[in-house]
Amino acid sequence: MRKLALSDDVLLSVDKAARYIGGEVNAIVKDKDSVDIRFAMCFPDVYEIGMSNLGLMILYDLFNQRPDVWCERVFSPWTDLDSVMRREGLRLFALESQEPIRDFDFLGISMGYEMCYTNALQVLDLSGIPLKASERTEGPIVIGGGTCAYNPEPMADFFDLFYIGEGETSYDALFDAYKENKKNGGSRADFLRKAAHIPGIYVPSLYQVSYKEDGTIASFTPLYEDVPQKVARQLVLDMDKSYHRIKAPVVPFIKATQDRVTLEIMRGCIRGCRFCQAGMLYRPTRERPVEELKESAREMLDGTGHEEISLSSLSSSDYRDLPELVNFLIDEFKGKAVNISLPSLRIDAFALDVMSKVQDVRKSSLTFAPEAGSQRLRDVINKGLTEEVILKGAADAFHGGWNRVKLYFMLGLPTETEEDMKGIAHLAEKIAETYYDEIPKEQRHGKVQITVSTSFFVPKPFTPFQWVGMGTEEAFIEKAKVVKAEVRAMLNQKSIRYNWHEPDVTVLEGFLARGDRRCGAVIQKAYEMGALYDAWTESFHMDIWKKAMEEAGTDLDFYTTRERSFDEILPWDFIDAGVTRSFLWREWQNALKETVTPNCRQACSGCGALAYGGGVCVEGKD
Amino acid sequence: MKVRIKFSKVGPMKFVGHLDTMRYFQKAIRRAGLPAAFSGGFSPHMIMSFASPLGVGIESLGEYFDLELAEEENSPLDLYALRERLQAAMVEDINVLAMVRIPEGKAQNAMSLVAAADYEIRFRPGRAMKGDISGKMGAFLKEKEIWITKEGKNGERQVDIRPYIYEMEERGEAIFCRLASASGNYTRPEDMMRSFIRFAGQDGEDVSFTICRLEVYADRGDGETHDFVPLYALGEDEGVKAYREEGREETSVLPGHKSENEEPEDNAGALSGCEDEAL
Repeated sequence: MRKLALSDDVLLSVDKAARYIGGEVNAIVKDKDSVDIRFAMCFPDVYEIGMSNLGLMILYDLFNQRPDVWCERVFSPWTDLDSVMRREGLRLFALESQEPIRDFDFLGISMGYEMCYTNALQVLDLSGIPLKASERTEGPIVIGGGTCAYNPEPMADFFDLFYIGEGETSYDALFDAYKENKKNGGSRADFLRKAAHIPGIYVPSLYQVSYKEDGTIASFTPLYEDVPQKVARQLVLDMDKSYHRIKAPVVPFIKATQDRVTLEIMRGCIRGCRFCQAGMLYRPTRERPVEELKESAREMLDGTGHEEISLSSLSSSDYRDLPELVNFLIDEFKGKAVNISLPSLRIDAFALDVMSKVQDVRKSSLTFAPEAGSQRLRDVINKGLTEEVILKGAADAFHGGWNRVKLYFMLGLPTETEEDMKGIAHLAEKIAETYYDEIPKEQRHGKVQITVSTSFFVPKPFTPFQWVGMGTEEAFIEKAKVVKAEVRAMLNQKSIRYNWHEPDVTVLEGFLARGDRRCGAVIQKAYEMGALYDAWTESFHMDIWKKAMEEAGTDLDFYTTRERSFDEILPWDFIDAGVTRSFLWREWQNALKETVTPNCRQACSGCGALAYGGGVCVEGKD
Repeated sequence: MKVRIKFSKVGPMKFVGHLDTMRYFQKAIRRAGLPAAFSGGFSPHMIMSFASPLGVGIESLGEYFDLELAEEENSPLDLYALRERLQAAMVEDINVLAMVRIPEGKAQNAMSLVAAADYEIRFRPGRAMKGDISGKMGAFLKEKEIWITKEGKNGERQVDIRPYIYEMEERGEAIFCRLASASGNYTRPEDMMRSFIRFAGQDGEDVSFTICRLEVYADRGDGETHDFVPLYALGEDEGVKAYREEGREETSVLPGHKSENEEPEDNAGALSGCEDEAL
């Protein structure tokens, strides 16, 4: 019988003890004496969230393919266990072996969103690893990765190295270098120095940043000549051969947020929405072959026993073999009581047809993401969705039996005017009117239900909006009030519900997203003052962060509301992400001119990703 | 056709809650490719019924659920092979002990049948009750009424559990008990033990124990007297006859009951096979 790290008394005193026991179906257990490298893979949020992360599962499976590596998992203990561990001095452990993280060779922390930064510190702290990389002489090498690694600077103090990009390419080299260094009796510093030469690896301690009097960056330079100036983002180009296909993902005992098979069909997006970091970063768009996906779907359903499969991509409708894939899934699995979930579909005739086959129309709702309320502003953000298309889609859906619609918008986008805000209410009203105009009274199933949700815009690195000033908390609240009042003034206001996202969390996200190395002090102070699980409304306390900024002497506005100039050195400029700085600036200028840029299949906009020589850039050119 | 599945859930798996255990088996049944029958509608689900929820932290060697299988005419299902397949889809510390066919017509599901359950209680090292446990137990059982406080949906209420303690005795290092487990009289072993510890005049904080459920029973009695029969024995297969003819110790003839799972019940000191790990 496996021995657990935590005692019965502790496990019985916390909520959902099964978060901490490991032993799930498909969890990988190896003989620790037969491996050279022990890797702890962490998603710094609670188990149910972490286990829903596809990237983490891919790396877990990929690393364990190597006979000399045993990769295990670790997540943030929930607040109840966190308190017990601190009180009793218990050390954080990996789920599979139940052994302390402190004794591992590597701790990899995947950062999917900025609000998990304090949780990353919690994981280090509970593991007994010094928070600051500079204070570590032993213990695991701490690696950061994930979307947030594209601006690693706010977390630079806490990581020994970052892996920039998709994990399939450079980890082998990293592991080999680690073994080699160990064999030769090299030090921690020797290893980091060698790692800095591996493509995609960024070692923060080997770079030096200096600042101007106005607080902006004066220089960002390697400390040694052999350390590369730029770090190149890693990506898989051959989605057939180099993509790591998982056969049997781990099946949690407790219900994960994504309690289903996730089938990644494509990486990247052809659309080029100017606010979207993923759409800019993951270029070029790369599709997985449809035959491969069919096999993979069957393999993963058989291997997990999940009763649902979901397609994953940034824009599934742009996957060229989508009809073939979806029809296959319906024919093959619908009869076996497998639910098929199709998120991020553009609402058109095809989508409505397949959706009516895979879901209960009465109980489901349609989702549109116009993102902005007016055509003018949609042109600014390059969201190629017109009012005509939305109303046509809605009308078709209403005829198909749907009567629930969800609409997603952002407030605080660059150049936004009051008219644009009010446009959100007007669009909702037009959709309501479409329902009442199109569907005769006797065919209606009650009122149409339109839910309008707005979030506040956060400018992100590597987007055309990376230079813009972000709104303040007060300004955000005013904007939400404008929308709310306008919704209430609509004829069909009773059919429209309006929700908005908390503005203070957004401001903090903005601070962390475009922060620099100096922000690390704020993060550490906030953590030490009790900030944890900032992504969770109930545990987020902006006052802690404000106090931390005050104590660190950090000016929030410098990072959020300030507009950057073209010449300013941005903290993430040292990363070569594929899209060029000049393309992003050109797109920013196009935004100001309200000029739409065609998608990658219509015309090449010269973003820089062509240099990789793969994906959509070379479609039909071989 | 309906089958009744008996399984054990020990070690770290005692922390997997009741609903999660149900979800676990739904997925395991799919992995094993069992021909489960599904309900209709847009989100079809397996037709299954669990006998008696097990509290988090309690091990068990006698858990049950009923499952509806789709059997094609003229090709009867081989339950032995199905049990083997389901067992192959298990994680460590959850084992499928038996799979028996439930007679058509006797449509009573596992949950509504449950009348009693056996438990084995072991003290953790260094945290046992002190003194003459046997003597105290005798006195405890001589009580006419044993009142405990139960917390329910409508707040606290007082319940006399004396009538629900069907058996209780020391067996080697452990305490064995048979407690009422029907929906109206479900008696939690930890409540009974806490009550006993209090009765014995000992500090509840000092005493700590583990619980393992050993078996779950239906009551085939006439209302006056009990006739407890393990749920597996209500199936159509060999198990019924075996239980009737050879008595309750003989569980090893159950279809697919692996020899390594055999634990003679009267072997004092190694009562259950629920391992008592020093924690």
